[in-house]
Amino acid sequence: MMQDDQVIVCEKLTKRFGDFVATDEITFEVHKGEIFGFLGANGAGKTTAMRMLCGLSAPTSGKATIAGFDVYTQTEQIKKNIGYMSQKFSLYENLTVLENIEFFGGIYGLSDQQIKDKTNELLDRLGLKSEAKKLVASLPLGWKQKLSFSVAVLHEPKIVFLDEPTGGVDPVTRRQFWDLIYEAANRGITVFVTTHYMDEAEYCNRISIMVDGKMEVLDTPANLKSQFGVRSMDEVFYQLARSAKRGD
Amino acid sequence: MKQFIAFVRKEFYHVLRDRRTLLILFGMPIAQILIFGFALTNEVKDSEILVVDYARDNASQELITEISASRYFNIRQAALSYQEILSAFRAGKIRAVVVFPANFNADLLHQNKAQVQIIADATDINTANMITNYLSSIIMDYQNRVNENLNMPYRIIPETRMLYNPQLKGAHGFVPGVMALVLLLVSVMMTAISIVREKETGTMEVLLVSPFKPVLVIFAKAFPYLLLSLVNVAAILFLSVFVLDLPVKGSLPLLFAESTLFIITCLALGIFISIKTDSQQIAMLISLMGMLLPTMMFSGFLFPIENMPYPLQILSNIVPSKWFYIIVKSIMIKGLGLNAIWKETAILAGMTLFLLAISLKSFKIRLQ
Repeated sequence: MMQDDQVIVCEKLTKRFGDFVATDEITFEVHKGEIFGFLGANGAGKTTAMRMLCGLSAPTSGKATIAGFDVYTQTEQIKKNIGYMSQKFSLYENLTVLENIEFFGGIYGLSDQQIKDKTNELLDRLGLKSEAKKLVASLPLGWKQKLSFSVAVLHEPKIVFLDEPTGGVDPVTRRQFWDLIYEAANRGITVFVTTHYMDEAEYCNRISIMVDGKMEVLDTPANLKSQFGVRSMDEVFYQLARSAKRGD
Repeated sequence: MKQFIAFVRKEFYHVLRDRRTLLILFGMPIAQILIFGFALTNEVKDSEILVVDYARDNASQELITEISASRYFNIRQAALSYQEILSAFRAGKIRAVVVFPANFNADLLHQNKAQVQIIADATDINTANMITNYLSSIIMDYQNRVNENLNMPYRIIPETRMLYNPQLKGAHGFVPGVMALVLLLVSVMMTAISIVREKETGTMEVLLVSPFKPVLVIFAKAFPYLLLSLVNVAAILFLSVFVLDLPVKGSLPLLFAESTLFIITCLALGIFISIKTDSQQIAMLISLMGMLLPTMMFSGFLFPIENMPYPLQILSNIVPSKWFYIIVKSIMIKGLGLNAIWKETAILAGMTLFLLAISLKSFKIRLQ
């Protein structure tokens, strides 16, 4: 693998809150256009790790670069090059579809023309043309999440972080959501996704599983299954998570 | 800058789409001004007053008939002793007493002038003022009518006494008071709630991950409320001048400048609350209990601070609305300029800087 192909590089990245080690010396790298699954039970340290990678919180020790920028000193540049969608739904409910797109385009510094082009493209792709002037609150949850993802990659970031993006959605809609993720990955956007759904884990190129702040395994779903001698990701996850000492 | 404008536009969508927010923003100030203004003044109708007529002559009888003909007053039986008058006041049965001296008519005839004493219960200042004004104008009317047929004009001199509150402290105090209240509600509570709401819905995280600077997020959230609060100040002043006939005696630009200062104080408070709390309910509770209540108690708006126990008087100094209340009263009612209120202005400015500093500091800590 070529060195400049790596968009996320972490080396012994650690975050301590007093005596509590939330993230314990995690080391990994993610390649351009890869769909990287970031798994772990609640309290395993996923959110803390993700916040450090997004430039929201400074690591206690270790090294990390995101899109070539340092997480200690270049958080401004990092923020310009990433997109983010959280587990809570992250659009404004009492703004229309159009206004949401304009707003997020605006704070990412896109020009009016860029916003216009992107909006048309996005509404076409999602088939939301007729709903453009409706309040987001009136859309079904599945559509909201697809829209939310599209808005997160509106500025064509190098990496998009998805924090449990499909919570509470039925399997069919989840499948459609993943079609969008594949599309983005094909355009060269790296996808960093956390999830609790093991069927989604199977969709990832590679998966890491965190246990008690440490990254226990990191491999493709197929390799992990054969390594643990089980048939599904569910069982892999269960075997690892059972050994965890802390929960939430 | 473009980012900032996109942000502010979004904030206005939020405000203008939420009917409850709009109601609080614009319904409340109007309702408060009208309630405080009219609930107090309308009471003057059918006021119970006591007439003490030591004269019992033509002139006094005519004047009493005039007063009783007015729809504003109901005349009760005449008491004669000063003690009886006082006990009637204490029982709260009457609002005012009109006293005609023994030689009322004789004075008019021989000296061409006579005195009438009006004693009003000034615990309720607005009412006391209205009553004494009405009574004086009835007396003036009578005097003018009598004088039409005379060469040597009579002069009846109403001598007014405001019982319990001779200096009429707090007169018309409710407009500055309502202003402080409304600005506090809009700027502290609404700002705090609107920031905390973004935390609750998870959009705050998305904003913090964006290249938009966190400090600018806070300023962009507060900015629309600054504008809306200024609109509220204008609305309150408009109502006060054109509906309540309470003119602004001092400089209008100065009044707006001071209001802007106070609004910024409130916004800083709202931001501070929003940083320290994570739910809209708690933000609202803190704003109401922590800000609104002290404003009612300690600004001097409802209760005179001079009458409070000393420790409470000291405590009142840390309530920003107290200083704003003094400033507005000085400008609006006394017509004073900046040279008279620079001390209060400096205190308020100091509080604002302090609040802004600690909220920015705790915001940075929070980001870790």
